[in-house]
Amino acid sequence: MTLKLLQLRALLVLLALLAVFAALSPAFLTTGNMTILIKHVAINAILAIGMTFVILSGGIDLSVGSVAGLAGIVAGALLNKGLVLTKWGVVVYFHTWLVILIALAVGALVGAMNGWLVSRIRVAPFIATLGTLYVARGAALLLSGGATYPDLAGRQELGNTGFLQLGSGTVVGVPVPIVFMVILAGLGLAIALRTPFGRRVYAVGGNERAADLSGVRVKSVKLWVYVISGFLAALVGLMIAAQLASAHPATGETFELNAIAAVVLGGTSLSGGRGGIGGTIIGAFVIGVLADGLILLGVSEFWQIVIKGLVIVSAVVLDQLQDRQAQRAVALLRSNS
Amino acid sequence: MNDCVLEARGVSVQYPGTLALSNVTYSLRRGQIGALIGENGAGKSTLVRVLAGITQPTSGQLVCDGSPLPQSGVEMAARLGIAIIHQELNLCPNLTIEENIFLGRERTRWGLIDHREQRRVTSQLLGRLNLAVDPSLRVGDLPLGQQQLVEIAKALAGNVRVLMMDEPTSALSAHEIVTLFRIVRELAASGVAIVYISHRLEELLEIADTVTVLRDGRLVAEAPASEVDVPWIVEQMTGRSAASSQAAGEVAVTEPILTVDGLTLFHPHGRALLRDVSLQVRSGEIVGLYGLMGAGRTELLESIMGLRAAAQGSIALGGKALDKLDTSERIAAGLAMVPEDRKTAALFPGHSVLSNLTISQVGALARRGWLSPTAEQVPGQQMCERLTVKTPGLNAPIDSLSGGNQQKVVLGRCLMTAPRALLLDEPTRGVDVGAKEELHEKIRQLAKEGAGVLVASSELDEIRALAHRVVVLSRGQVSGEFAHHAASDEALACAASANGAIQEVRT
Repeated sequence: MTLKLLQLRALLVLLALLAVFAALSPAFLTTGNMTILIKHVAINAILAIGMTFVILSGGIDLSVGSVAGLAGIVAGALLNKGLVLTKWGVVVYFHTWLVILIALAVGALVGAMNGWLVSRIRVAPFIATLGTLYVARGAALLLSGGATYPDLAGRQELGNTGFLQLGSGTVVGVPVPIVFMVILAGLGLAIALRTPFGRRVYAVGGNERAADLSGVRVKSVKLWVYVISGFLAALVGLMIAAQLASAHPATGETFELNAIAAVVLGGTSLSGGRGGIGGTIIGAFVIGVLADGLILLGVSEFWQIVIKGLVIVSAVVLDQLQDRQAQRAVALLRSNS
Repeated sequence: MNDCVLEARGVSVQYPGTLALSNVTYSLRRGQIGALIGENGAGKSTLVRVLAGITQPTSGQLVCDGSPLPQSGVEMAARLGIAIIHQELNLCPNLTIEENIFLGRERTRWGLIDHREQRRVTSQLLGRLNLAVDPSLRVGDLPLGQQQLVEIAKALAGNVRVLMMDEPTSALSAHEIVTLFRIVRELAASGVAIVYISHRLEELLEIADTVTVLRDGRLVAEAPASEVDVPWIVEQMTGRSAASSQAAGEVAVTEPILTVDGLTLFHPHGRALLRDVSLQVRSGEIVGLYGLMGAGRTELLESIMGLRAAAQGSIALGGKALDKLDTSERIAAGLAMVPEDRKTAALFPGHSVLSNLTISQVGALARRGWLSPTAEQVPGQQMCERLTVKTPGLNAPIDSLSGGNQQKVVLGRCLMTAPRALLLDEPTRGVDVGAKEELHEKIRQLAKEGAGVLVASSELDEIRALAHRVVVLSRGQVSGEFAHHAASDEALACAASANGAIQEVRT
């Protein structure tokens, strides 16, 4: 019940922001602006969906931004230069679909690495994913020699065109990133609430010892949440590269912080076990609307950063006040019964 | 009554779901050693916490030296010289003995800690406790018994007028207990008022001047220790005469369902927690596992469940070896466990009653990978009815239920997987009397339906009410095995405090 209240509160904040910006800036509610806004939100929301699973399980994934960058570079390298097999003196160019699959697999693999470190080796999630944050970023820089892969459009004769559709294509008029966000949000909601896996994620984050004693395979659950997060991070990296039609090794820096902010704004507890995907999506929209609206109002870039920070902290303070009230209410309920 | 140092007047403490203390008036006198006795959940620890200013009473007040305390609090208590030695140790394992003893009241010179002075005082204190260790050793490196003595030294370091000890001997060796008793008597002789809590009744009668019995949060009896004996105490504690134990009756001899053979478990620091433990539980049989705190009951159950990777020995369920299986595979094979500490090991806080109930079975309840609401609700509802769980609804947060109903949900979770052997660790801890009876009835019912039940308890009353057969653990070893009719309080208590291996096996 408290959960729904929290989401409701985030939703109210979102509606208030929308109303304020709509009133102050006539350009805000236009279709053009909204499309740009939601495309931006989609990037963060997809990262935040993966992050929500990780945080629900009681962990954190700091590597998502780097993984996005690495996935973009992997795709860029395969599209631009192909796979150079010096031993046989051949260069293999893959079909676009295969390029995408390989890049996604790289993301999932980095996620599996995180999961393995956290569940088997018992490294604290913060440390393990901080490590992969650096390793993945370094790998992206090494792969491209620090340079950008320009022009990911592909070449007709190599059969690897069409990659840009991931970022700039549309499905019945709706931009692809937004379509992905909607599908993944729906899927994420269903998995979290309606599958045994989702239930076990909540259980592991809620009380790991109890989950273990209840027959939940804690290690496997932890492994999979990081795989999901890594996979979605790679997808985001591909979408960004496709939008820009180029892959840059620095893509995604500090994205992990925006994703965590969206999760926290959405009412998911950083200690795990409470919250959900619905809140996260709203949280991602709050951040996106705030950024877009402040730009339209001509607020200085530096103030935008300060305001974003203030909104995050005050939202969490509100949560805690509400939490305490709810606890008091529960205690009262019980002492009366 | 100038002797009265500290008094709780008409103190009540209301916890969510339970009335932990109900209108208790209890006074501590100079130089007197008062024993506080009661079963688990009777309110002893709560009363001590109130006296020490840790828990605020819902109603009633504390009176110190004849004048009511305007407010209570830990700092106020410290200023008045009230010290408490908790059941669980409150030491920082990463700091040295000396640093622990002076934590929060460091001796300083020119603003810097005066280690030389601190070490001198610490050496003196340790000498008083016959503890010959270097004050600059890290507390985490000491064996548990010595840590307990450090805790006691820490309490003595301040200016103590009231010293409360909650199960101080649970981790001590017989030799260390003798030392402790000498110190306690010395302190009392110097005018300190002492409150002593223990489950070891013989020990209490040896040390105490007065005996106070709590039951279900109420003070039910108070008497000079010289005028009472163990049967009287047991009768006051349980509310019925010691002789009238509920007969669990005999059980038909069937095949053993759960077999534990030669189970040994070492603590990471090398101490043996369990040593060559063997036992069997037959289908339809309830086996009681009795022992004092630290005897290894929980460790045994956790090893059977596969939660202790270091456990050696063999465990079999219905003839099938479990040794290579992890916990979830053991549950799938037909084991289930209700852990001792509901809050830290069983409940998912903030989650609904339903998801707390079905978590062990979500995989089996899902159809083609999806959990439909009804697939969960129907069996959840049935289990609630079977165990008469009182809840506002299946979607109510588990935290809103009373302790007894929470425990029923935990038991229900275990039953969801239809286990062939059920391990219960203190199944009625922190549960009110009514729910306790109900839980006992359900457990008997389960055994009648053919499950083998191993129930660990520190309450003699509970063991007698449930067990067909009782296995007693002492310091990690089986120290006795008794058929129901032979399991008298005296026999069990005697076996539980035994030092050696099996003393006798009566059938």
